[in-house]
Amino acid sequence: MEQRNSLCVTVNGQERQVVAGMTVEALLHEMQVDPGRVVVERNLVILPSAEFARVPLLDGDSIEVIHFVGGG
Amino acid sequence: MNDFFEIGGVQLKSRLFVGTGKYRSDDLIPAVCAASGSEVITVAMRRVDGSGRGIMGHIPSGMHLLPNTSGARTAEEAVRLARIAKAAGCGNWIKIEVISDSRRLLPDGYATARATEILAGEGFVVFPYINADLYVARACADAGAACVMPLAAPIGTNRGLRCREMIGVLIDEMKVPVVVDAGLGRPSEACEAMEMGADACLVNTGIASSGDAPAMARAFALAVEAGRAAWLAGPGAARSHDEGAAASSPLTGFLR
Repeated sequence: MEQRNSLCVTVNGQERQVVAGMTVEALLHEMQVDPGRVVVERNLVILPSAEFARVPLLDGDSIEVIHFVGGG
Repeated sequence: MNDFFEIGGVQLKSRLFVGTGKYRSDDLIPAVCAASGSEVITVAMRRVDGSGRGIMGHIPSGMHLLPNTSGARTAEEAVRLARIAKAAGCGNWIKIEVISDSRRLLPDGYATARATEILAGEGFVVFPYINADLYVARACADAGAACVMPLAAPIGTNRGLRCREMIGVLIDEMKVPVVVDAGLGRPSEACEAMEMGADACLVNTGIASSGDAPAMARAFALAVEAGRAAWLAGPGAARSHDEGAAASSPLTGFLR
């Protein structure tokens, strides 16, 4: 049964229930991710880091949280 | 010696680029960078997973970051990754890597040229990873690439300068710099690439797979310098087999 105050979003390919009104910044905090070390795509659009604290997640959003890793 | 390698608006003293993949421990990376004297370092981009530490904390400050679009199977995916890299705020250099064959990891030249055109148009400094194919190289250069990066041998194989003949063609024909990337497993191979006239070499596995990565990084750096110095000095002509030998000591005044 869907709760009124929770949303379903996809983060890095995995479905996740989040509290309604949660911002991207709050999501990163919950994921224990440093906002300064990631790039966030929301529905295939890159979200400027200045917007992390401002943008609330919406039901059905697809979020990619990307960082630099080792590579050649 | 003022033999700088100018690319992407900077003047590099070192013609050895290094990578950050496949080290026994990422903690080796600072020592590898110091030993190599490299000023350009590649990284990849991936989803943050649980551990999420990322690589940036291991990269010494002052290095020029060259993110790659590894993972991209199409031009569109490469363009998406490049824009993500730029959004990280560490510069606008991008190594375009478009690979849809996971066994050979050979780059898709058509897709690379398309991605080059789009990204160069958006102001990226584009380093396209390609086969040593003259038409692909020209397409990338015409599309605005800062250089071309032909493979010596397939990624991660340490098989050396298998493609030396065709790389030699690019070095002769291309006006943009040629950076030999992938497959260089020994310093001697990087030295040979530079002796042939390559502008730089990119080495990842060759260093990371060594028993002593910082020591091997130093060896590669010395080799790249040696090869470059030899190219600039101009190697002497090689005699043909039929011509036979030519004495180095005088042919007169023998004690007989």
